[in-house]
Amino acid sequence: MSTIVEIMTKKEWPIWEVFIRSKNGLEHRHAGSLHAADAEMALENARDVYTRRQEGVSLWVVESKHIVASNPSENGEMFEPAADKAYRHPTFYVLPDELKHM
Amino acid sequence: MENKIYDYLLTLGDNSLILGHRLSELCGHGPSLETDIALTNISLDLYGQVRNFFQYASELSGEDASEDSVAFLRTEREYKNSWLVEQPNEDFAHVICRQFLFDSFHMPLMKQLCSSSDERIAAIAEKSIKESLYHERFSSEWMKRLGGGTEVSNQKLQSALNHLYLFINEFFQETPLDKEMKENGIGADLEAIKEVYFQNVNTLLKEAELTIPETNWRQTDGKQGFHSEHLGFILAELQYMQRTYPNSEW
Repeated sequence: MSTIVEIMTKKEWPIWEVFIRSKNGLEHRHAGSLHAADAEMALENARDVYTRRQEGVSLWVVESKHIVASNPSENGEMFEPAADKAYRHPTFYVLPDELKHM
Repeated sequence: MENKIYDYLLTLGDNSLILGHRLSELCGHGPSLETDIALTNISLDLYGQVRNFFQYASELSGEDASEDSVAFLRTEREYKNSWLVEQPNEDFAHVICRQFLFDSFHMPLMKQLCSSSDERIAAIAEKSIKESLYHERFSSEWMKRLGGGTEVSNQKLQSALNHLYLFINEFFQETPLDKEMKENGIGADLEAIKEVYFQNVNTLLKEAELTIPETNWRQTDGKQGFHSEHLGFILAELQYMQRTYPNSEW
């Protein structure tokens, strides 16, 4: 954990990713990113920048550097093999008529 | 009596109006996108409170007064805001320090007014509390960070504090109107707020590694309509549209 002095001395504040859970939403969704000196300020900035129009009832922020991302140059082996596996979709079942809302 | 409540509403609304204007000057000029939006949000919150107070005031004054005419068409001596909120933005330290010294007063004031015997005032205060609570949190957190940050940020905040601290006693100077409003249960008890105020402010200043300035209060009478040289310039900008194009709407 860096001290306030260390953080404030750096010219650029770190970037944070913001996740919001909306009133009717079950999960937090990525809303965008912002700059902030520390976690508490990131939360306040997220509130001010991303929830001005009642977008949410819960906020998460995480410093961007902690997110591990897949590499776009590896998209081939990562995602393409799933393209021709139609049997992984539950579309081959015949549903009884009585079953609603599926 | 209605006249007196009208005057008291100006006392309550004018601080938020003038501070809201000072903050609006920063729109698009904040030190970072995030703080720019935060300060503009606070400005809009304050204007929202002002609208509520002035809508009520315009109903009491009768004639063809409106919230706009109450806000824009008074002369300098008729504004009752404190000197603190007129002080220019100067730098981010001044903006934060002014906000903190104001929020620390505004929050307990709104809390007290929730039990005002005037239902309209009580309702407006009730509505304002959550906003004011956030403002106080925002400015306090920034005080701690600037104060405990670098040598430069501490220095700048200390010099802002040394300047702005001179004006805070004005909040608690009881005018005859304040006294009357307190006694009939409509207004706040400033003496009681003062105690909480200095306790909270001084505790935070210590936490923010700041030196509490020697108390050499400036003699200020904003509530009586006497203002610093800054208010005239603020009003020139604030009132320009209404004065140039009377009754214009958008």
